[in-house]
Amino acid sequence: MAMQEQSTVENDPKAGPLVVDVRDLSLTFKTSDGPVHALSDVNLQIEEGDFVSFIGPSGCGKTTMLRVIADLEQPTGGHITVNGVSPSQARMDRSYGYVFQASALYPWRNILRNVTLPLEIMGVPAAERRTRARRYLALVNLEGFEKKFPWQLSGGMQQRVSIARALCFEPALLLMDEPFGALDEIVRDHLNEQLLRLWEKTGKTVVFVTHSIPEAVFLSTKIIVMSPRPGRVIDVIDNDLPRRRTLDLRETPEFLKVAHRVRQGLRAGHSYDD
Amino acid sequence: MTTEAVGAGRAASGAESSLVARAMSGRLAPVAVVVLAIIAAWYVGAVAMNAQLQIDAFERQEVAWDTGDLVRATLSQDRPLLPALHQILVEMKKTIIDQKITSKRSLVFHAWVTLSSTLLGFAIGSVLGVLLAVGIVHVRTLEKSLMPWVIASQTIPILAIAPMVVVVLGAIGLRGLLPKAIISTYLCFFPVTIGMVKGLRAPDPIELDLMRTYSASRWQTLWMLRWPAALPFLFTSLKVAVAIALVGAIVGELPTGAQAGLGARLLAGSYYGQTIQIWSALFTAAILAALLVMAVGVIERLTMARMGGRP
Repeated sequence: MAMQEQSTVENDPKAGPLVVDVRDLSLTFKTSDGPVHALSDVNLQIEEGDFVSFIGPSGCGKTTMLRVIADLEQPTGGHITVNGVSPSQARMDRSYGYVFQASALYPWRNILRNVTLPLEIMGVPAAERRTRARRYLALVNLEGFEKKFPWQLSGGMQQRVSIARALCFEPALLLMDEPFGALDEIVRDHLNEQLLRLWEKTGKTVVFVTHSIPEAVFLSTKIIVMSPRPGRVIDVIDNDLPRRRTLDLRETPEFLKVAHRVRQGLRAGHSYDD
Repeated sequence: MTTEAVGAGRAASGAESSLVARAMSGRLAPVAVVVLAIIAAWYVGAVAMNAQLQIDAFERQEVAWDTGDLVRATLSQDRPLLPALHQILVEMKKTIIDQKITSKRSLVFHAWVTLSSTLLGFAIGSVLGVLLAVGIVHVRTLEKSLMPWVIASQTIPILAIAPMVVVVLGAIGLRGLLPKAIISTYLCFFPVTIGMVKGLRAPDPIELDLMRTYSASRWQTLWMLRWPAALPFLFTSLKVAVAIALVGAIVGELPTGAQAGLGARLLAGSYYGQTIQIWSALFTAAILAALLVMAVGVIERLTMARMGGRP
């Protein structure tokens, strides 16, 4: 993890070291119907400890942006560094954990062995793997489920397992792609609160993709509003609500003010047009 | 978990009670009806097919006969066109239970000869099939270059290939088990390759993406994701493969000059018009195939239960 020391601080406008630095990034998919401009001139700086949400309508490139950070897609223009190095190097360094829209738990592994999967790949000794997996399962409140198989857990629990799996190898960065999108609102509220506690405890930098305004406002320190076709950044909102948040916060005028600005940004980006 | 409990109950508690329960639940009854219908059709067929020969025999011997005599006689001929079911079962009892299994007349001996080359061919064929599939899934050029040959190999009638394999291998001094096993291999690698190519490609894109986020090596992705995801496909293929491996072994025995094995019994039976011997060898082969497929099924169930299979 020597890479973490040499983060790019030189062209940093603010104080904290940049975990993600995106400059003039664009990405064009070649399809049989001609090119699709998924991202266009995206500029973005994410500091250490930030909780950043991408919000926008479906097809605005927010997931694509996350996948570029994760080196799952290759940009066609511009520059990006993750942890001060190229995304592919960051991937090789295992410096991020990725939580997908679906839990992507392997059905033939029990919960404990699903969480130890990345540790197995990274060559961590067996005893250490189990200790760490148990610790992170406890962190997402899933003690006692180690021996269960994924199908025996509810959707919300499965997604918590996948968060434990993303955290257990202690990456600097947590990338989450609409992790609660498939869950009902009650479970989702609950998991949002838990996620905030988790973020407080671990101090990780989180990049979160969502299409829910309340979710984005509730969770984030920074909200990035995106517009569709081509995916562009419309607005970057620093969310100054206090860091300790409970669900009650969503009824307050301060919360609604931020939510209003997000909605305005979405409207300016023609997200509500037919 | 409910099926586990039921399965354990089935094994442990009395067979009768579960048999009754199954008959009551209506699962046994349809099976019994079909079996009885087949048996009835068989006997009608046996009488009809053997009748002409029997009438000729009666007339040659110049004896008076009625329908009852005819039916009784057609079901107890020495070399009937279609032997009656009980004749086959008597012959099987004689050659399976009453003979010492070391005897050349014992069907157990012949079945073992066939089984050993079946299992060897099945083992080689399965490994070969899996290796081909792994290659095809990982190397794009292999898919283009290998797949047509894999498919073409199965369009050649095995009866045309088998004698050549036996003769060619015999010429370089390979006799006995191996040539027959190679014919089994030739038949049974195919379903394994086809099934495993599909199976190894079964993981979802996000399951593969997950491996990529860990920068897992190809080998790790194969071992920890593609292989376990492919196992259900593998077992389905293996059930087909083990049955046709047996066919391959029997076909492989035909050109060896009928020394030993179920194939040899079939050939010897047809040389000498011993239809009862042919049919009992056929029945034995069918039972053997069913047992082999069931064995694969048992291994499948045990494996899937260990892999958290949903009941």
